[in-house]
Amino acid sequence: MAETAVPYAYGYLSPQEVRFLDAAVERLIPTDELGPGARDAGVSCYIDRQLCGMWGTHGRNYRSGPWREGTPEQGFQSRLTPQEIYRIGIQEINRYCRGKYDKYFEFLSPAQQDEVLHGLEQGAVDLVSLSGKLFFTLLWRNTEEGFFADPMYGGNRDKIGWKLLGFPGVASGAYREHLGNPEVYRAEPVSILDIRLGHAQVDAQGFAKHVRIIERDGSKQ
Amino acid sequence: MTDKMKPVDVVVVGSGVVGSIMAMELVSAGLKVLCLERGRMIDPQQDFVMPYVHDELKYDRHSDIFQNLSRETLTFRNNASQTALPMRELGSFKPGEMVGGTGAHWGCNARRFLPHDFELRSRVDERYGKRFFPEDCTSQDWGVSFDEVEPYYDQFEHIYGVGGKAGNLNGEIQPGGNPHEGPRSREYPNPPTRRTPQGEIFARAVTELGYTPFQGPAAAMTRDYTNLYKVMLGECQRGGFCSSHVCSQGAKANPLTAVLPALYRKDNFELRPLCNVIKVNTDSTGKKATGVTYIDARGREVEQPAELVVLATYCFNNTRLLLLSGIGTPYDPHSGRGVVGRNYSYQTGGRVHVFFDDREFNPFIGGGMVNTSIDDLNGDVIDRSDLGFVGGAYVAVQAFGSTPIKNKPVPAGTPRWGAQWKKAVAHYYRRSFAISIHGSCQSYRQNYLDLDPTYKDANGLPLLRMTFDWHENEKKMLAFMYERVTEIARAMKPAKYAAHQIYKNYTIVPYQSTHNMGGAVMGADPATSVVNKYLQSWDVPNLFVVGGSAFPHNAAQGPTETIGMLACWAADGIKENYLKRPGPLV
Repeated sequence: MAETAVPYAYGYLSPQEVRFLDAAVERLIPTDELGPGARDAGVSCYIDRQLCGMWGTHGRNYRSGPWREGTPEQGFQSRLTPQEIYRIGIQEINRYCRGKYDKYFEFLSPAQQDEVLHGLEQGAVDLVSLSGKLFFTLLWRNTEEGFFADPMYGGNRDKIGWKLLGFPGVASGAYREHLGNPEVYRAEPVSILDIRLGHAQVDAQGFAKHVRIIERDGSKQ
Repeated sequence: MTDKMKPVDVVVVGSGVVGSIMAMELVSAGLKVLCLERGRMIDPQQDFVMPYVHDELKYDRHSDIFQNLSRETLTFRNNASQTALPMRELGSFKPGEMVGGTGAHWGCNARRFLPHDFELRSRVDERYGKRFFPEDCTSQDWGVSFDEVEPYYDQFEHIYGVGGKAGNLNGEIQPGGNPHEGPRSREYPNPPTRRTPQGEIFARAVTELGYTPFQGPAAAMTRDYTNLYKVMLGECQRGGFCSSHVCSQGAKANPLTAVLPALYRKDNFELRPLCNVIKVNTDSTGKKATGVTYIDARGREVEQPAELVVLATYCFNNTRLLLLSGIGTPYDPHSGRGVVGRNYSYQTGGRVHVFFDDREFNPFIGGGMVNTSIDDLNGDVIDRSDLGFVGGAYVAVQAFGSTPIKNKPVPAGTPRWGAQWKKAVAHYYRRSFAISIHGSCQSYRQNYLDLDPTYKDANGLPLLRMTFDWHENEKKMLAFMYERVTEIARAMKPAKYAAHQIYKNYTIVPYQSTHNMGGAVMGADPATSVVNKYLQSWDVPNLFVVGGSAFPHNAAQGPTETIGMLACWAADGIKENYLKRPGPLV
């Protein structure tokens, strides 16, 4: 197995951080009989690319002090940027795992990994420099984004997330006529990346030309 | 060092729903109008193109068309005993920052307020007695009646090409429309939206329960349409990616598509983007505005003289500019005196999701506010004597074009992540939809806007501070609505349904609604309002403050149509009354 799930030159994350994230996101959205999970969808790659961009340093956030913790209702008040939250958080979670299980997170059993993730989510696992909850909230938000955003951002590889749901991606010009129609509309999803790479066709208005999937099994209709 | 520019007749601050219409109307009256916009210039045909606009991550999460908080945000606390902290990232609401303003990414919900809403205080007092309002409620009459403003609703609908079916034409109830709406002088300019299969299920269930369903009015074109300003808008494709996004097809009526193209043709109109107004200037008496001061893209401080100043920004900035300029008395929640910052209100909402095991839908088809609604629980339709709350809600099933990052409802009890969660989203993405509750929000003594004592914007000026929490009245109203909507959900016979929990405290984090109202409210009494019924400042008669800031409280219907109507109404007041006899109109 390659060092990381998806071959890609990471811009911010270290190999160890990628291994941590591959393991963690695979627990959040696991591979199962429905299809690949977040690891193979390239969620770590998505996170890396977000961390390299404006969002990674909270470039559009208000970042002046004084910094106070505030109430939950007052929202995000950490002075750390997403880059720092991932770097410091992963380091401190691994330190916690070595203390408790004598292993890095990536080498824990799935059940142990779930235990750590639940602990972070519920605040039972507390980190030194930031709250476990803060780390988990960010990780889960980015995992969902990476699994379901357009593949142009590095995740949702092969449109895994969209196929799981039956979401066709870039809309078709046929939608308007289908609006009141109870017939189930199924199509091979089309991404912005597909169109950009010439893997999908568009109509004169720029809408995707969908390839409809015809159900063989009538009971599904 | 301040640069001074050549004087203009009118300076309009903001190029959103209000600014664009006010500018258009005043330009058409022959005035030289300058519009100052803090955001960047937009060319919709270059900035919002297929397929790039069909990008949920970009427009919903990381958008560069929303306010850039690194330069300016607001601070928030639930009550005056707390220390307000800055809203560091966007959450609860999404004000815009670009030419076209917040309206450029609105959801196209284009409902009129009810006659009841404009005279809420008097009508409730009259029907239920003076002690029916909560003691701390400061909701008040608007100083105008529905009948007075009806022609301006009509005007706005013919600018924004609203599609709908009249429910009350000159007092005659019409089949197919909203029977509870105020009497309208003529039909909508465009036909209503078609009904979706989900809307049909809802319509059948509510009919069984004795309600009257109708297709709610929307400002995404239901056919190709040339509007009042001779601008052409194309029919909506129902491709989703609508609210929070800008339409690549120009099918969503907004400042960029419905008004600005007409304005650009006028020689007496100038738009200056990237100009952030920081102050309305007044003469030595403080009774006359002399223009505004702004900071341009290069950081220069510029003085712009004008005969007439129109503040046409988002609710927060209209209020903040008045406070920064020292115009009007700031509101003091302890004494209840003062007006600027008083009566801040918001929007209540809720959802009941229905899940089917034996039916699949096409949740990604929609957008342009395709919806089937009932208005029977709103306004004063039902007797409130025993319910003990003021206000109401409309209830609707919408086809907004469900995008996959944020629209994957799961039944109650589903784990938040992991294998079970994955199975549930895969099963229910196409087998569920939401019944939404869109409710009113009253104003209260303790909910207000003022300047923050600690935090500053990028120019070193104090941020606006919001002190806001939900009131028992709204919680009671929502509890009642959830009961009714749960009955509707059951009548649809789904496999499961799940109601979202009722509010505890207001929180700035998850997205709720970009319907922030009040702070510079209109009214008949200068002791309780910032502007008179014509949206004219009581203190500075050549200053008009127009927009959501003028709402004395928020009704259920969604504010944009009423904001647009107020722009038409205020512009007409200036043209027909003020220009003929400059001075106080009341």
